[in-house]
Amino acid sequence: MTTFRIKRYNPEKQPEPYFEEFKVDATEGITVLDCLNDIKWTQDGTLSYRMSCRSAICGSCAVKANGHAILACQRQAEHIADKDDTVTIEPLGNMKPIKDLVVDFKPFWDKIDKVKPYLHNDTPAPEKERTQSPEEFRLIDDASTCIMCGACYSDCNVLEVDDNFLGPAALAKAQRFVGDSRDKSTLERVKELSEPGGIWDCTHCGECVERCPKPAQPFYRIKEVMASALEEGVHNNNGARHALSFTKSVKHSGRLNENQIPVESVGFFNIKGLLELIPIGIRMLLKGKTPPILHRSIKEADDVKRIYRELGE
Amino acid sequence: MIKHDVVIVGSGLAGMRAALEVCKELDVAVLSKVYPTRSHSGAAQGGIAASLGNVESDSWEEHMFDTIKGGDYLNDQDAVEEYVKAAPRVIYELERMGCVFSRTADGKIAQRSFGGHSKPRACFSADRTGHAVLHALHEQILKESKSIKIYSEWSMHSLTIEDGQCKGIVVSNIRTGEVEVIQGKAVIFATGGYGRVFKITSNAFASTADGAIAAFDAGLPIEDAEFVQFHPSGLYRQGILFSEAARGEGGYLVNGNGERFMEKYAPSRMELAPRDIVARAEQSEIDAGRGGGGKGPGEGFINLDLRHLGEARIMERLPQIRQLGIDFIGVDCIKDPLPIQPTAHYSMGGIPTDMFGQVIVDSEGTHMPGFFAAGECACVSVHGGNRLGTNSLLEAVVFGERAGKAALEYARKTGFEKINESHQKTKVLKVMEEVYQSDGTESYNDIRNEMKEIMMANCGVFRDEDRLKECVDTLQKLQVRFKKGKVTDKGKLFNTEIYEILELSNMLKMAEIISTAALNRKESRGGHFRTDHDKRDDENFLKHSMLSKSEDNSIDIKYKPVVITKYQPKERTY
Repeated sequence: MTTFRIKRYNPEKQPEPYFEEFKVDATEGITVLDCLNDIKWTQDGTLSYRMSCRSAICGSCAVKANGHAILACQRQAEHIADKDDTVTIEPLGNMKPIKDLVVDFKPFWDKIDKVKPYLHNDTPAPEKERTQSPEEFRLIDDASTCIMCGACYSDCNVLEVDDNFLGPAALAKAQRFVGDSRDKSTLERVKELSEPGGIWDCTHCGECVERCPKPAQPFYRIKEVMASALEEGVHNNNGARHALSFTKSVKHSGRLNENQIPVESVGFFNIKGLLELIPIGIRMLLKGKTPPILHRSIKEADDVKRIYRELGE
Repeated sequence: MIKHDVVIVGSGLAGMRAALEVCKELDVAVLSKVYPTRSHSGAAQGGIAASLGNVESDSWEEHMFDTIKGGDYLNDQDAVEEYVKAAPRVIYELERMGCVFSRTADGKIAQRSFGGHSKPRACFSADRTGHAVLHALHEQILKESKSIKIYSEWSMHSLTIEDGQCKGIVVSNIRTGEVEVIQGKAVIFATGGYGRVFKITSNAFASTADGAIAAFDAGLPIEDAEFVQFHPSGLYRQGILFSEAARGEGGYLVNGNGERFMEKYAPSRMELAPRDIVARAEQSEIDAGRGGGGKGPGEGFINLDLRHLGEARIMERLPQIRQLGIDFIGVDCIKDPLPIQPTAHYSMGGIPTDMFGQVIVDSEGTHMPGFFAAGECACVSVHGGNRLGTNSLLEAVVFGERAGKAALEYARKTGFEKINESHQKTKVLKVMEEVYQSDGTESYNDIRNEMKEIMMANCGVFRDEDRLKECVDTLQKLQVRFKKGKVTDKGKLFNTEIYEILELSNMLKMAEIISTAALNRKESRGGHFRTDHDKRDDENFLKHSMLSKSEDNSIDIKYKPVVITKYQPKERTY
């Protein structure tokens, strides 16, 4: 018998959440959702969670299992259980619980809305379809597999500290249009996505790639939007300047010039931004964490330059 | 009381497409018991049919003939003609909205072969076409959010018909349990199918006949309920869908002896015969002990062998179902055959409508003013006795648009009539209160399981008089036991138990309607096969069944003629 430790919460009855244990005979092939249903239908009808298609396409049943977001219908219980044959089930993170495993998706959908998630093309349509090559289709193929389950949003490390971040799902949805050969607003889109809360606020931790149950894998999509933004010449923001300064530094010396990058990221003429760096600099100095004042190239700097040349920059 | 010009129940392809039509001029509400992108349209995989001729020359006439022959001549041919003629236009519209389609080398929408279609006619987005179309429509809904109000996680309880016209619906907010009346000048049902009444089904937990039963309870008939499609490739035991596209791309069906058995059943079309024929062939093999696993309805399996297609083609055209096989049963179809079995998939029957989505109330085609239906919950009937693969997404989009147009037209000329709000609300509150207070000895879960078992065993791929009588009898007894159920969650907040019980009540009634209709159709046609009447009988049964509630609360059976225009019924061989 597998033990399911489920985080229960019902503010109608008591304000604090608590854990409750249930035993389920999780035979081979039984999914986590099958186990939740078994509990609800034979042990405790008050357990609330969302579900619908049970074939990993509707995105209803995402929950946290042993600390990480999963789709309950997609994963077999025996693959999830830890060595004590226990599965800890909690609601998704970064969203407010409503009851038991049901969370409030409103902020998630509001952010999807913010990226203007619809094709923009005012040019007169041809009589038949707008053509798109198989290669162009492939650029949006992965993003279009997103099922809006919220698994990435739940486990996103940036959202944990910054509500303003659009989050992985919305940014992946944005790539679906930035990368679409039929969309005519690429420049406006990447400008807006380069604002605070957008692509450059992603910390590249890759958690969303680990959690995504589909090929959508938001972080890779975010990188594609970043590349589009730089290609479109949208450089006038800290994120883009940081990326460019980073690249320049490595190309020049084979390593990061940590004195120069913050200044170039903030921008030379951004007096307020530069002044804001001073307290950080002082704290670093006091802790003995300042980088060397004189920046030296690594011995193999020429090899690095050769790599840049071969990659065609 | 909440008021909207037009109220749409259901947010799948039909519901959202209808909303996009209505919002051009009027204020519209879309109600969903899930969230729109969670609708079951998204689970459709293989494609959406249209005679674009992008791969081979094609015509609407061929599409029309294939659809009628596939439906075993029970289709209303005037509606089929309009429907297949509209297909190319609606596909191009979806494409302009931004729908993501797989492409041919020259950049056109790619098309592939599908069961019963004589030409490669299925436009697709890898093996997640329903998902692609659903999200494309959802994107447009977000774009039009000023005039479309979405009620997510609201449940519809009853249809309000007063003075011979439809005036709205009674609903509740799942999050709070609060009951409300929504008044509309017009109501459109796009509530999907009811495959959940069967043990093995590809349907979502949400596919529970809520719309059909609300209409039935309001005194309206249900058409052709006996015609339920069993999809030949449900994943063994789970029943979840493995796209017919796997066979469209060239997959083989192989029995336990390693034979491609379709040679015996449909020598010219083989694995790409229509679904009713393939499902029966599989069940015959399983029943004869030539499958894997057990014998009998709901047991045993057939192998779907894709290995000869090669990794590259599987990864390009069928990536999602490959992953489903790995996740759900640990089988990688690149290396091993997939165990499959017939799974309850699609309801050809439903709320009767004319070809404009207007609900009709009798065999003469009398309208119910203000009430429209589209998609799987409706029966136009374009599919007749058996639907061809990829024709359902098309149906949802074509008739969603038409129902939207018709409702807009109607609502424009109509005002908000007087509605007896308190009476309508009290009726629903009473039903809900009964469920809240139920403190009997029966387990709703047992009742649900017994319903699903008997429907699978006695009203499945093969049926006969004795089994159907037993089925109807069992379902009536289950409805009595249902009244003595026991509820555990008495709270108002996101109480999913209460909603599951209300859904079970709908399903029990729907199951009785299906099996009663099946008992009375003493012939075999399309998805309805009687081992005791194993031939089609055009003389007596070339007609649609219309089941409605009689005065004494039993089920009344009437019939409606089939519209035949271009193609006279012929013997159906493949």
